[in-house]
Amino acid sequence: MPAERTAFGGRLARAFDSDTGWSFRRSPAAWISALVIVVLFASAFAAPLIAPQNPYDLRQVFIDKAELPPLWLKDGEMPFVIGTDPQGRDVLSTILYGTRVSLVIGLLSVLLSMGIGVSIGLLAGYHGGRIDNLLMRLADTVLSIPTLLMAILVSALFREMLPPAFREPFAAGVIVLSISLTNWVQYARTVRALTMVERKKEYVLAARIIKVSPTRIMRRHILPNTMTPVLVAATLNLGLAILSEATLSFLGVGMPITQPSLGTLIRIGNQYLFSGSWWLVVFPAAQLGLIVLSVNLLGDWLRDALNPKLR
Amino acid sequence: MLTVALLAFVIFRFVGDPVELMLNEQASQAQRDELRERLGLNRNIAWQFVTFVGNALRGDFGISYRNQQEVFTLIAERFPATFELVMVATLLSLAVGIPLGVYTAIRRGSLLAKALEFVSVLGVSLPSFALGILFILLFSVTLQWLPAFGRGEIVQVGGWSTGFLTPSGRLALILPGITLSLFQITLVMRLVRAEMLETMRTDFIRFARARGLSDKAVHFRYALRNCLMPVVTVTGLQIGNLIAFALVTETVFQWPGMGLLFVQAVTFVDIPVMAAYLMVVSFIFVALNTVVDLLYAYVDPRLREDAVTGAANAR
Amino acid sequence: MKVPAANVEKAARTNWLAMGAAALMLSGFGVTTAMAQQGKTVKWGAAREIASLDPYSFGETFTLSVLNHVYEGLVRYTGELKIEPALAESWETVSPTVWRFKLRPGVKFHNGNPLTADDVLASLARVTHETSPLKGNLPAYKSSRKIDDLTLEIEVNGPYPLLLNDLTNIYILDKEWMEANNASLPTDSGKGIKGFATDNANGTGPFVVESRRTDSRTVFVANPSWWDKPRHNIARIEFLPITSAATRVAALLSGEIDFTNVAPLQDLQRLSASPEVKVLQTNELRTVIFAMNLKDKLFESDVTDKNPLKDIRVREALYRAIDVDSVQRRAMRGLSRSTGAIVAPAIPGYTAAQEPRLPFDLDGAKKLLADAGYPNGFSFNFNCQSDGLVNEEEFCQAVAAMWARAGLRPNLSLGPRSTQTPKRVKGEFDVISFGWANEPMIDAYSILVQVLRSRSGSGGVFNWGNWGRPDIDALIDKAGVELDNAKRIPLMSEALMIAKREHLFIPMHNQPMAWAMRSTVANTVQASDNKPRFWLTQMR
Repeated sequence: MPAERTAFGGRLARAFDSDTGWSFRRSPAAWISALVIVVLFASAFAAPLIAPQNPYDLRQVFIDKAELPPLWLKDGEMPFVIGTDPQGRDVLSTILYGTRVSLVIGLLSVLLSMGIGVSIGLLAGYHGGRIDNLLMRLADTVLSIPTLLMAILVSALFREMLPPAFREPFAAGVIVLSISLTNWVQYARTVRALTMVERKKEYVLAARIIKVSPTRIMRRHILPNTMTPVLVAATLNLGLAILSEATLSFLGVGMPITQPSLGTLIRIGNQYLFSGSWWLVVFPAAQLGLIVLSVNLLGDWLRDALNPKLR
Repeated sequence: MLTVALLAFVIFRFVGDPVELMLNEQASQAQRDELRERLGLNRNIAWQFVTFVGNALRGDFGISYRNQQEVFTLIAERFPATFELVMVATLLSLAVGIPLGVYTAIRRGSLLAKALEFVSVLGVSLPSFALGILFILLFSVTLQWLPAFGRGEIVQVGGWSTGFLTPSGRLALILPGITLSLFQITLVMRLVRAEMLETMRTDFIRFARARGLSDKAVHFRYALRNCLMPVVTVTGLQIGNLIAFALVTETVFQWPGMGLLFVQAVTFVDIPVMAAYLMVVSFIFVALNTVVDLLYAYVDPRLREDAVTGAANAR
Repeated sequence: MKVPAANVEKAARTNWLAMGAAALMLSGFGVTTAMAQQGKTVKWGAAREIASLDPYSFGETFTLSVLNHVYEGLVRYTGELKIEPALAESWETVSPTVWRFKLRPGVKFHNGNPLTADDVLASLARVTHETSPLKGNLPAYKSSRKIDDLTLEIEVNGPYPLLLNDLTNIYILDKEWMEANNASLPTDSGKGIKGFATDNANGTGPFVVESRRTDSRTVFVANPSWWDKPRHNIARIEFLPITSAATRVAALLSGEIDFTNVAPLQDLQRLSASPEVKVLQTNELRTVIFAMNLKDKLFESDVTDKNPLKDIRVREALYRAIDVDSVQRRAMRGLSRSTGAIVAPAIPGYTAAQEPRLPFDLDGAKKLLADAGYPNGFSFNFNCQSDGLVNEEEFCQAVAAMWARAGLRPNLSLGPRSTQTPKRVKGEFDVISFGWANEPMIDAYSILVQVLRSRSGSGGVFNWGNWGRPDIDALIDKAGVELDNAKRIPLMSEALMIAKREHLFIPMHNQPMAWAMRSTVANTVQASDNKPRFWLTQMR
């Protein structure tokens, strides 16, 4: 255990001293946004521990406490620091839980689309020929439908195909799928292009000569060499995935009102825009903006930092 | 395209049942079944699909369940509204994005450039629907400068309805145009910046400088010109995405375009309209992709495919 | 491309021009310029587009209420929802199954054609055609014949007390015009052919369609030769559908529209606070209830061997667990009218005895559940719609929370009508929110025969949860053939009382309705059928 820790610590220290680490320390945008992300992630995933209320537990919600304004305004009430919604749910709690939903969906859909994209890219790039043709034709088909439309259609389809009892629990899964099924193409194309280059290099040829299996070559030899651009794309896509989910929810085909994501909260808050309950839309929108902004800033920095030409 | 058709069709079989929305409280069960029969919803799926594709090939998408008009006419009628909105957004993104991109590239590291870069990231971080709502609140309700919905007065020129020719039509374009273009502005700006930075490091710019040309000439005559090609390409490819994304803007601003038609069709399970919309948008999308690919191959034989498609998919 | 890209406006105008000199007077420009000096324009921001200009293409209340400005029936409702003569001047029953109508002389269609019995016969034939979606609106119709140019008879299947109520929604079209434009049959969505009457209109009503662009704007101008004495000063109605509620409110506040018939409840305070805007608010005829699955098994529950809801104690527990005052105050913004009846007071069949609610009694509810053998409650599916009733999302969530507090475990399923309705129809629910307005009949027979009646023949179409009872069925069938209102109405009241005693449904409230208008609208008539009537509206 201690040995491991020192190894890990050593790696950390090395990372800290590396070029990338140096550029990280030099860029306030990068470390501020990294800090914000850490805080947001931590608070969102600790939501059940730190939120004043569990907004999903119907027994904790009292409609008599509906639409209370934030604490610093007249009629504000503890513990509802930034007010309550029309059902009497604490807005801070709904935002914390909503952030968790948005982040989980964002992360899972990035991981899934990356998984699909990278595997397809590797297969297509390594084998070439007919497999390549087939897979890339598939990618073209997906590309021929704009992503937003595709996501709307896929989520509508899956929602209806699931038996009713599973619809609510799997609502998040449906959205993850619908976002991933449209976003993988980008990874696939990048990885395929890189694989086609790597495949011809001597180390791969060497591995083939000693009869290493293609799967192993792909996984152990080519994959690591394609990871840098994939990781950059993944970071930037996390912001987009979170936004896509919010847009779907805003259009009413995303997360249901019983498990609201930030997009759902904004859609509901939007209905109260003129009623004076501005806190219902302003806080969730600000939270969403903050998350996506930090992720994007971090992604930008990562892209520049890992691009040797820009040093 | 056939795959798209199949996909569209399969999806629509599952989104719901229009019959209950088409009849009123008084209708009897027999009438309900009868209508379902007449709409062909009882036949087997393969039969329905074949009919659908057959008709679609002849440009006949059937008749809308929601407003009983020919779907083709409906879409043709809405197309100008969406097209004008997308055009305005595209022009706006070029007019604003290119200068900003050039500036941030030339004055890389300056305070203003950094601020601009930050704002540009902010631009892609806020959801466009939230921005649209804020715009309405500010410019329509509080300041009462600009209309909150619709296209204003429109003029019919042949088969095309345009809002460019009347003052109210032009005013009505401003808010939705800006809302739709924000993402695009950022995209263009960052692309120009990246391309400029790349070009500035190339030898021919160094030679140009060595020849004693002024900064201005180097930046605009050589560097900018050299990076316009990818900008135009990406802009072209993005038009398809803008058309799709217009459906969010159109919903917020009640813009009577194809996107609004689609969103309303979804809530009404207006299957023919949904199917036709999907086909039309994919067609435009594919057509644009093809044109841009051909153009690109013609102009730049090196075919920087990944850079282009990567950017186009960034949404 | 088949139609020159949808220039509806132009098509309508040329068509009328072709109809001769009289038509010329009425066609688009003539009317606007003539009326512009004396009349006002009202911009009407509606929550959705009307389905069509064809009054027989779509049996939807809102579309019909908008088209009532252009088309009229033989009789109509007044602002107080009493039936009064319209195109028919008088009527009598020749025998229990034959009604004779005398038409009003001197009525002209917008194209100048006079109204005759032939027009009425052609209209009745069209609306009862097998492909007509409105066929169900005239369920008792058998045949009709002409007596002379201004007299006709309608024969019904059997003694039927509600023919006049039904006829308020059967608008009369011009026979010549239909024949000339190949529109004698209703539009058939299944054939995929558009009807002429979808984009063009020729009625007798107070307003003439000047132009139409779907989802964008439909313009109506005043009909100078309307048979009735105009009680409005409106020259032009611009009908502007704006689906997004926030955008609609913004447009009203900024003066882009003068009137909306759907003002969101939560915005009423803000709207009334604006000096330029006033709000008209009352309760609709529509009563909101919760209906329950009373089949042998629950649809989605942890109790799988039987249906707890079949036990009246459980139904009563659900009823008592609802704190209706909180729902009224919060979810409905203090604007709904809580009730223990399942029809509104204005509906014949309602009696004061139906009004009292069971009190809110959480402990009582828990005890009832324990007595019924469910001390730890049970889970069930609770189906609500996001775009159905007024603030449905809000009150369903509130009630779900209240049931949870009684120990029940409702699984709230919320979605748009398009996805929820099919589940309801198939019986895939345990509890649903449900609203019934008894329109266009304005009689409790509507809810009785369509909702409460056990399924048989044409009855019980909406009996989705098998809640029919033989005693209620017998009363309904008796009321259906009773012509004497003094006997018929008590039969219906009795049926409603049985449903109340058995807690077949949990009544909630009469839904509020709110119109908002700018100060440009001087006064209008807001009847509880929620239909704007601009022919009774004065502008400033």
